[in-house]
Amino acid sequence: MSEAGTPTPARRRRQEPLIPDGPVRASAHVCMAAGCLSMQADTVFDSLCERVTARGLTDVAVKRVGCLGLCAAGPLVAVPEKGRIYDHVAADDEAALDGVVDGLAGGEGGRPTATDPFFSHQVKVVLEHCGQIDPERVEDYVAVGGYEALTKAVTTMTPAEVLGEVTRSGIRGRGGAGYPTGLKWTTVAKTDSADGKYVVCNGDEGDPGAFMDRSVLESSPQQVLEGMAIAGYAVGANRGYVYVRAEYPLAVKRLTTAIRQAERAGLLGPRIADTSFSFDVEIRIGAGAFVCGEETALIASIEGGRGTPRPRPPYPAASGLWGKPTLINNVETLASIAAIISRGAEWYSAIGSGKSLGTKVFALAGSVVNTGLIEVPLGLTLREIVFDIGGGLPGGGKFKAVQTGGPSGGCMPESLLDMSVDYESLAQAGSIMGSGGMIVMDQGTCMVDVAKFFMDFCREESCGKCVPCRVGTTQMYRLLDRITRGLANRDELAELESLAGMVRDTSLCGLGQGSPNPVFSTLRYFRDEYMAHIDDHVCPAGVCKMEPREAAVATGEGGR
Amino acid sequence: MTVAADAPPASPTRDDKRWRQVDVRVRRLGARPDALIEVLHTVQEVFGYLDDDALSYVSEALGAPPSRVLGVATFYSHFVRKPQGEHTCVVCLGTACYINGAAALLNRIHDTLGIDAGGTTPDGRISLLRARCLGACSMAPAVVIDDEVHGRISPDGVQEMLEAL
Repeated sequence: MSEAGTPTPARRRRQEPLIPDGPVRASAHVCMAAGCLSMQADTVFDSLCERVTARGLTDVAVKRVGCLGLCAAGPLVAVPEKGRIYDHVAADDEAALDGVVDGLAGGEGGRPTATDPFFSHQVKVVLEHCGQIDPERVEDYVAVGGYEALTKAVTTMTPAEVLGEVTRSGIRGRGGAGYPTGLKWTTVAKTDSADGKYVVCNGDEGDPGAFMDRSVLESSPQQVLEGMAIAGYAVGANRGYVYVRAEYPLAVKRLTTAIRQAERAGLLGPRIADTSFSFDVEIRIGAGAFVCGEETALIASIEGGRGTPRPRPPYPAASGLWGKPTLINNVETLASIAAIISRGAEWYSAIGSGKSLGTKVFALAGSVVNTGLIEVPLGLTLREIVFDIGGGLPGGGKFKAVQTGGPSGGCMPESLLDMSVDYESLAQAGSIMGSGGMIVMDQGTCMVDVAKFFMDFCREESCGKCVPCRVGTTQMYRLLDRITRGLANRDELAELESLAGMVRDTSLCGLGQGSPNPVFSTLRYFRDEYMAHIDDHVCPAGVCKMEPREAAVATGEGGR
Repeated sequence: MTVAADAPPASPTRDDKRWRQVDVRVRRLGARPDALIEVLHTVQEVFGYLDDDALSYVSEALGAPPSRVLGVATFYSHFVRKPQGEHTCVVCLGTACYINGAAALLNRIHDTLGIDAGGTTPDGRISLLRARCLGACSMAPAVVIDDEVHGRISPDGVQEMLEAL
């Protein structure tokens, strides 16, 4: 089956940002992330520039920035000096465009961000610069303190001190599994290698419903590069690769620009900050394979082969890219590093709770008013995220479940809304933190159908190397399909459960091991829906089309 | 199928001038087997798809066994082995789009054009693709028609747009 990604924006003559020579009274930050861009944000930017010039506002700036977060209400324009954000500024909406210009000139309007719960409950570390800087201008990143952390690390700290700082911050891998980052770095640092080590940034964000890494790469690419260089210094690597999905052409474009600009400015490349440390970064583009998010598969893909995982150990820390010690971290993890080095481990570890320290970015989507990107301290409750920040369900819809962790995650019911969102609580509830996709579902969603959707995903994305995953996901899909068509009996449900356990226990990599999770969690919290399909031959949500049963199949017992 | 004026283009021959773009890329990457995925991306950008001749060309250029080239070209879903239609319609099947009715969009397109995801209409005009997740979750369900994203779209809406192509 062929797949495709978001389109590359068409080439057009580029309007330069308006930046006054003297003091700036107010500035319009026009969101240029993929969501707003698909709603003609570039035209909005051009029109605002025209209008500001026409009004003769010479002390007003208009610039392009990355993701402002509230994707549901795009196109977005922020005026940070006034603490306001203007939503639904459509390219053809004269009144909205004039409203922004009035605001820049001193008028009122827009949403105040200080009191709007969507903004006021957030704590931004990873997204600190998203929506503040122009992602295609390294000067902008440097102006907000960018590359100070790298300079501080290479000129005033030893690699061991950097490792200590990251370890004490308590940050854990933000890609899903939550392995302590400091421990991973230390392992790579301790492994001797005469001919080099590598740092790999995993930007193969494949979970459907997750777009955190994309937004970070599109909105603040330099921050990720800085994190990689600091990691390189700490573990003794001079070369890095960023692996990005082919579906994210805009992220690839902005990263390419960022690397070129950073090299030209001497922030990457040979002799960083006049020290003997050098660090080069290259981009590798994926080609549409979910399994490549698994670290050993990702390495195989960077080496130009089929992205199939291999058994671990040896872990990439010992033998990774081209057999060399390799540090692999997720985009969000690396984007947190500069702040940790600049402000210190104590500052970072004061955020969050228990063993889950720091902040986490989530992509809120589905049946929720404020779909978009948020960053919150770990340890908030699901209710705070979905209802306070997310604004609840649209049109008075009734909450049914929230799905986290993508195809390896689970669905949490209403009874768990007051659960704290941290690695341990999520695992206990049968889900995972995952990369941070959070999909809210209302009563109109059939949970068996959701389990089938994810199993279909895993079945198609299984690389085929190990039997439990290749055959098991197909068979589980077949059983789920029969349930949603009203054809299955109780024996088949029992078969599904036992098969799910076997696939979890015997698959080679996380894709296979995690694939039964949506089944387990929906069975745990929504078993009545399965039973309604099987015993009563109805889909309570009205999603599945029931077919007449085959004559030979009796409910409850008997063969198929 | 009869060959009409708007039939898909014939496969590129070895003396096609566009191979020069591929050669430049191969040289820049150092003609090593590990550049395989990058080079396949370039070939697909230049010609639109990867046929058997293109794969043997890449195999020779990089010194990679043909089996490995075919293996990689068929492993990754981004690579297509057949020419695509004049227009493309991509339906996003990410979780948010799925629960907001992406399946109904695919069904309507099937009823309108008679093709499923991965297929091209017999006249070579429209190809239907699907995406795992475009990250346009806030506009679910989303489709991309000829590089333009349309969010919160209904089956009627998608049918109208396809009929207007």
